Amino acid sequence: MTAPSHRASPRWGDRRGPRLLVRGLHLDFPLLAALILLSLAGLAILYSSSGRNMDVVAGQAMRLGVAFTVMFVLAQIPLHHIERWVPWLYGIALVLLLGVLLFGEIGKGAQRWLDVGLFRFQPSEMMKLAVPMMVSWYLADRPLPPSARHLTIAALIIVIPVLLIAKQPDLGTALLIAAAGTFALILAGVRWKYVALLVLAVSACAPLLWYMLHDYQRMRVLTFLDPERDPLGSGYHIIQSKIAIGSGGIYGKGWLNGTQSHLEFLPERSTDFIFAVFGEEFGFIGILFLLGIYTFIVIRGLYIATQAQDTFTRLLSGSLILTFFVYTFVNTGMVMGLLPVVGVPLPLISFGGTSMVTLMASFGIIMSIHTHRKLLST
Amino acid sequence: MRLTIKDHIRESRLFNERAAIALFAIIILLMFSIARLVYLQIVSHEHFSTLSDENRISLIPVPPTRGLIYDRNGIALAQNLPAFSLVLIPEQISDMDATISGLRKLVAISDEDVRRFQRQLKQKRSFNSIALRFNLNDEEIARFAVDRHLFPGVEIEARAIRNYPLGMLASHVIGYVGRINEDELRDIDPSNYSGTDFIGKTGIERFYENLLHGQVGYKQIETNAYGRTLRELQQAEPTPGKNLYLSLDIGVQRVAETEFAGRRGAAVAIDPRNGEVIAFVSMPGFDPNLFVTGIDVKTYEELQNSLDRPLFNRALRGQYPPGSTLKPFVGLTGLESNKTTLDASTFCPGWYRLPGDSHKYRDWKEHGHGFTTMDKAIVESCDVYFYSLALNLGIDIMHDFLAQFGFGQQTGIDLKDESSGLLPSRDWKRARRGQPWYPGETLITGIGQGYTLTTPLQLAYATAVLSMHGAHTPPHLLRAVGASNTKEAELLPAPMTNVPIKNRGNWDAIITAMSHVVSSERGTAHTIGRNAPFPIAGKTGTAQVFSIKQDEKYVEKEVAERLRDHALFIAFSPPEDPRIAIAVMVENAGHGSTAAAPIARKMIDHYLGGQTP
Repeated sequence: MTAPSHRASPRWGDRRGPRLLVRGLHLDFPLLAALILLSLAGLAILYSSSGRNMDVVAGQAMRLGVAFTVMFVLAQIPLHHIERWVPWLYGIALVLLLGVLLFGEIGKGAQRWLDVGLFRFQPSEMMKLAVPMMVSWYLADRPLPPSARHLTIAALIIVIPVLLIAKQPDLGTALLIAAAGTFALILAGVRWKYVALLVLAVSACAPLLWYMLHDYQRMRVLTFLDPERDPLGSGYHIIQSKIAIGSGGIYGKGWLNGTQSHLEFLPERSTDFIFAVFGEEFGFIGILFLLGIYTFIVIRGLYIATQAQDTFTRLLSGSLILTFFVYTFVNTGMVMGLLPVVGVPLPLISFGGTSMVTLMASFGIIMSIHTHRKLLST
Repeated sequence: MRLTIKDHIRESRLFNERAAIALFAIIILLMFSIARLVYLQIVSHEHFSTLSDENRISLIPVPPTRGLIYDRNGIALAQNLPAFSLVLIPEQISDMDATISGLRKLVAISDEDVRRFQRQLKQKRSFNSIALRFNLNDEEIARFAVDRHLFPGVEIEARAIRNYPLGMLASHVIGYVGRINEDELRDIDPSNYSGTDFIGKTGIERFYENLLHGQVGYKQIETNAYGRTLRELQQAEPTPGKNLYLSLDIGVQRVAETEFAGRRGAAVAIDPRNGEVIAFVSMPGFDPNLFVTGIDVKTYEELQNSLDRPLFNRALRGQYPPGSTLKPFVGLTGLESNKTTLDASTFCPGWYRLPGDSHKYRDWKEHGHGFTTMDKAIVESCDVYFYSLALNLGIDIMHDFLAQFGFGQQTGIDLKDESSGLLPSRDWKRARRGQPWYPGETLITGIGQGYTLTTPLQLAYATAVLSMHGAHTPPHLLRAVGASNTKEAELLPAPMTNVPIKNRGNWDAIITAMSHVVSSERGTAHTIGRNAPFPIAGKTGTAQVFSIKQDEKYVEKEVAERLRDHALFIAFSPPEDPRIAIAVMVENAGHGSTAAAPIARKMIDHYLGGQTP
């Protein structure tokens, strides 16, 4: 996929016109198309899951608008402009995280929000980008594969914010951020023996971790292992979402016809469990199609990473797209009863705003990495 | 500078290798997902389909029974009565608007009922029944029964409705419940309230909402495709709310409310030994039963706009100048700070003048009290004595000493939105008015006028503290939780530090003087001292009314009545071993001895008379 000359101006009627237009705007057309397709599918299923509530759909459309705008703006900024600010960004995010722990507001039982006068703000969202950026930035001009010393420092870059976020407590986000940083390390070529060591260390710490978990978190893990143990509480989610997906069958019950979800058996049906509504109404075929789009996005993102021209952008785009995959896999896995219930939304489909903006920001970065490529090399 | 040379080609290759591994891992994980989907949607489709279509398992919340409220003798103040409600089950109704308008022809349904119903419609699961109208009368039930077949999904359900058997009596203390509004929804756990219609709005009902409400239970039921219950699978019983036993003695409360005889005002009685509130009167009251199922707009506006402000809790939130009832406290300040002695006398010519100022501060007695000592000053309520003492003390000493009795701060009683009153100080005036403190203000503070404001509750509490020689036991209404004999420690504010005693004789002298107020022929309250079965120590007071905003638009005659002074009386009994301390305030009733003191006497007689010491 080599880009045509940049001199060619887009003209209507030209078969490649729109595509060039997108290129001129520093957007990646295949990625953009897939993201829009996902968003539209999301709005459609939200209309159904919310009980045909146009207010909810309009609200989500507005959030999508904001998120796509953020993506568009970020795509315009060449990464080498951003690169030298990375340590600052990371530092500020770290300070804000500390701020949350000290002065944060309690929302839904956990301390995640920082009140900045006009709006409330979640520094952990900022960390979702800052951690992979900082690890990529740090490793960019070190020889790769990284030495044990560099690896230790990179590990600290990841562990410090992760622990701060886990303490809020927001275990889901902490794990996702840990994953994002770890992906950058693995993509940088960390020797497998270190990876094996890490896995060993984590499994050794597991009992300790279990001890540190909050009661509700332990409950979730136990419920995952045996949903029937708490059919009125958290096990109810899993049982009901399995019934919803399973009853969808191959072709689904049809849009707006899902009974499980409409009779409100399914909790959180517009947010974390929206995938179950999708599975019920569009069936196996529909889910395959949806997973196809997600897979396409991931493969396109990985391709963009391999085409990146320097280590920083390569590691960054690679770790961001792998994190996107983790989101998708963890959410769908949890709804299908493959993984324990952790509060991870389905990217671009779940109702809700904050994490969507962060997600689209990462796509803005990926597009910028891809479309500013040629300019860098000349 | 690091001099390691980066091998870009090698790094790029390494990256591609790792990306390929990642892709491989992704494909493996996707395989897992798809295998799971095949299992759920193809292999087990039958099974889940059956679960979904034919037998639906659903959770029905079972609301807990709200705890009952009793007075200290076990008389019910709030109870639950079965009442018939018109309920709708949304998923069984195809045309909601037509159903509602059809029902409106049979049963009186207000717009407010419909609005509340619509709100709940959004919040509750569609197979849960939602009440449209509460408290149907027999005629309405009969009318609906005839046409019942026309309204599938509409039923008559017996639900418990809160009822206040004593009506207006103690309405400000007990408070009332009402239907949950949007503000309240934000503060409660929605799942715990999923089957609940009511929430405490004011009074004890509001303060102890958490204790009274209880914990929701669930029924897990299997329903068929039409939503009919096939069988009950499991039930988690709700935990009923706790019964509350208040320290209130409803007999004393009734006596006090009767004695007010239509006048406006407040009275609070406290057991000084333990802070238990025996009576808590704010007149006029209202019928809390009106609020339970939703008061109609017209009645509510009448209550809200009434000149008598029946919804206003005067005892808790009304702020009045303490007038001469402050004098015993100021007198004690003088003695304990060694600024005066019991024998020192001041000549009262009927007026007082600050040095270098022509303004005459008048005594209530035109020709004066003559030579006056502390005892006489309290017994006859001499203003000049206290002008002089106040000037001698200065505002700073007065403020600091009086603050120890709880003036100017909330008592921490177990009711919401208590007013804190106002105990003025130099700092307060500078901060709030931007002005220095003037000596003339010290004078009038000495007789309880000027900026000083107290709530009737605060005044009763300060009287209790005085009667106990400075020992603090915060006032509270809740006496026991659960069974009447189990006493449960309540979260009460830490008591204030006791007022330090310099010389116990000073306290005794003030209390003796207050006894003389009632027992001596010269005492301002000697009328209630006649044939009193129990000795009483008291102090009368008269509080000037400066202005009442809402009176302005009313006719002159009315205004004149409402600009009359408030009558005040504080008392405790028996003086040497106090078991009850009281503050009474009657709005616009003139002097304390005629209007307020008899109410206190009746309360004391009833309370101590009905009790073996």
